Amino acid sequence: MKSPATACLSAVQTLTYALMLMLIATAPAIAQELNVYSARQEALIKPLLDEFSAETGITVNLVTGKGDALLTRLQAEGRNSPADILITSDAGRLVRAEEAGALLARTSPELEAAVPARLRSPKGYWYGLSVRARALVYNLINVNPDTLSTYEALAQPQWRGRICVRSSANIYNQSLVASMLATQGAEKTAAWLDGFVANFARPPQGGDRDQIKAVAAGLCDVAIVNSYYLGGMMTSSNKAERIAASKVGIFWPNQHDRGTHVNISGVGVTAASDQPELAVQLITFLTRDSSQQWYAETNNEYPVRDNVPVSELLATWGTFKADPIDVAELGKLNAQAVMAMDKAGWK
Amino acid sequence: MAWRVGLVLTALTVALPVLVIGSSLLAPYSPTWTHILDTVLVGYLINSLALMLGVGTGTLLLGVVTAWLCATCEFTGRKLLSWGLLLPMALPAYIIAYTYTGLLDFSGPVQSSLRGWFNWSYGDYFFPEIRSLGGAICMLSLVLYPYIYLIARVAFTNQSGAALEAARSLGVGRWRTFFRVALPMARPAIVAGLSLALMETLADYGTVDYFGVSTFTTGIFRTWYGLGELRTAAQLAGFLLLFVFVLMAIERASRNRMQFHATATRSAIQRITLRGTHAALATGFCVLIVTLGFLLPAMQLLSWASISWRTAVDSQFLYLLWNSLSLALFASFICLVLALFFGYGKRRYPGATQTGAVRIASMGYAVPGTVIAVGVLIPFGTLDNQLDTLSQTLFGVSTGLLLSGTLVALVFAYVVRFLSVSLQTVESGLSRIKPSLDEAARSLGSSNKRALREIHLPLLRGSLLTALLLVFVDVLKELPTTLILRPFNFNTLAVRTFELASDERLADAALPALAIVIIGLLPVILLMRNLDRGPSSHA
Repeated sequence: MKSPATACLSAVQTLTYALMLMLIATAPAIAQELNVYSARQEALIKPLLDEFSAETGITVNLVTGKGDALLTRLQAEGRNSPADILITSDAGRLVRAEEAGALLARTSPELEAAVPARLRSPKGYWYGLSVRARALVYNLINVNPDTLSTYEALAQPQWRGRICVRSSANIYNQSLVASMLATQGAEKTAAWLDGFVANFARPPQGGDRDQIKAVAAGLCDVAIVNSYYLGGMMTSSNKAERIAASKVGIFWPNQHDRGTHVNISGVGVTAASDQPELAVQLITFLTRDSSQQWYAETNNEYPVRDNVPVSELLATWGTFKADPIDVAELGKLNAQAVMAMDKAGWK
Repeated sequence: MAWRVGLVLTALTVALPVLVIGSSLLAPYSPTWTHILDTVLVGYLINSLALMLGVGTGTLLLGVVTAWLCATCEFTGRKLLSWGLLLPMALPAYIIAYTYTGLLDFSGPVQSSLRGWFNWSYGDYFFPEIRSLGGAICMLSLVLYPYIYLIARVAFTNQSGAALEAARSLGVGRWRTFFRVALPMARPAIVAGLSLALMETLADYGTVDYFGVSTFTTGIFRTWYGLGELRTAAQLAGFLLLFVFVLMAIERASRNRMQFHATATRSAIQRITLRGTHAALATGFCVLIVTLGFLLPAMQLLSWASISWRTAVDSQFLYLLWNSLSLALFASFICLVLALFFGYGKRRYPGATQTGAVRIASMGYAVPGTVIAVGVLIPFGTLDNQLDTLSQTLFGVSTGLLLSGTLVALVFAYVVRFLSVSLQTVESGLSRIKPSLDEAARSLGSSNKRALREIHLPLLRGSLLTALLLVFVDVLKELPTTLILRPFNFNTLAVRTFELASDERLADAALPALAIVIIGLLPVILLMRNLDRGPSSHA
């Protein structure tokens, strides 16, 4: 009699061979190949990498994951790491990678012309790929946009119980507070945080889309969110999301002083890379006009290049003044920002 | 001797990542600790303990009652329900959290309809907030109770009908029989299931993060990602491990003097046929749990998938299926073999060293997957680089990375993370086999191998299949470890689901999520049919 255990055993044996085959198949070969660790999700980077492969014949292998985890993997693998390129979804992780010695400085006139100085590392360790803006979203019925002005003003008592924002564990909230630390100093930032946290309509929860839905439903009146989430909801296949998006307006804060807070998704060559020239070629590709346009059209992010037009949808939101602060500065202040938020009780 | 050494060495290998994390406790403590102690730590502790208490109570209630009903009573729909009750297991906790938020949130269909019908607006009415500590307890209880249900059901079914009948013939009522005889006899099984549920609760990140509940686990990630202090984060994780270790030790000590073995004569249990209200209540209770834990969220997923399936099904989909399936089968089998080796070794050659080593090796389940991944990355990376240096100095050839970034590293991490699941199940099965059986076998001149093959394995069949199934489903759902340790261009269903869900594209995430659930179901159905053939068919 063939027991289920034996049947299972032979099935597993077959699988073992199959897995070993897969192992061999997935082992990176030596030919013209580039290996990418990306904190940008597959859907938001793979199509571009495929295009690069089609144009150059260079195969690009991809692993996606969380920025810090990828950086830890890069460090643990050390000088033998197969990765040539690290892509992150914020400047802070790039600064961390640079400080950890995991990146290689590379400059080229082309890259310097493509990416404005405040959106890249001064020494060429990393470059911005796309700009992500943290905007205000307000309820079209309950809020007169004339009453909105700055992030700072959201700490005023008139907004008591009217604000929604996600957890302070979110990197974009951290970098927003870091930008305040850089421009206003620790004391004013702490005072602002106290007033701001007191104005929350509910304990922080959910993601940015959830904040937009809460504003649309009238649970709160104003939320701070990354603008591409609103774009994603407006073009969503889900009708409920499109309806919610139609009930809110977008407002660019701080237009009369430093400008709206922005962060970047960015890229750097790893220190372990044995083909940095090829890696630079890919980075140059990712910052060229057509690629820049792709970020805008696929995920409603803003191009880093000034000459590239934004998507049709983004154009309807008008232009805005972005905070010109060096994004590297935000990365350096990130830990301080988290501690300030801890102290203010922003969960 | 060889057994003992082999056992300890294997256990230590599996324990390596846990030891790497634990050893961070000996490293210097950064000034950040003052900040953490002053501001957030108390909150983390209170929330984590409350979550454990809530999920512990919830899973016990759901798991034990359903297991008892299905094992010892007969009521309408019992057969269907007895495997239906396993369905929630296939849902990753964060997915069920997303679906319930979609349903019950302020802007969701339920509250919107209520507002529409009664013309209410915000603040006019009370509605429990789903994204809260209470909500997290409900979500986790709904998906974790099957651990208790499955293990306890096997235990209840295998309980000697004679013991229960003896109790009843002595005039003990049905309820008292349950509390005085059946429950104590099933205690190792129930505790095994409960400790799995609690460890998983401690390791959960997705649900509590989405619900905005700050627990010890979210604290670990906040310290790592936000403050950029991996060492401090590892120290936090180390304290979590210490806590689990103490908890396990207390539990062991409390049942040390008790013995739970089935009598040698195994008269199959006679199911009590419930009638009238009782039968209706039993059916209703089980249906309610299956509905809340599976049908409702699955319907929400289906409705999302119906919007997005055209874009979600692509050429990659079959490849994702294959990756997920093969990895899960492979890893669950390795876990089973190791669990059997450890469980049997401990039984045959008891000793403090072996017990300690195995216990440390099985603690990975309480640690968030990403932290385990770090525990795997560091020793593997070091080993690979040392080998490379050695090979370069000796032969002038670079070996590169041999283990890091391969499926070997990934499967190893799965074993570290999920060994506890198979071990608890196997051990609870072994504890129900009388040691006198082993002695009898030995006195008749049977070797260890033969005793294992001819006596223990047949008696353990139910437990082994359960162990295989539990780990299979766990690996299928596993995300954070897979995400960080996988080779280039290697995706699974869980990775696809997570990437879409983390971008808050729930509708698009619904289809791969459903696929996880459906694949998780196949072995559930297969194994349930096997289990239902009865425990004594081989004995």
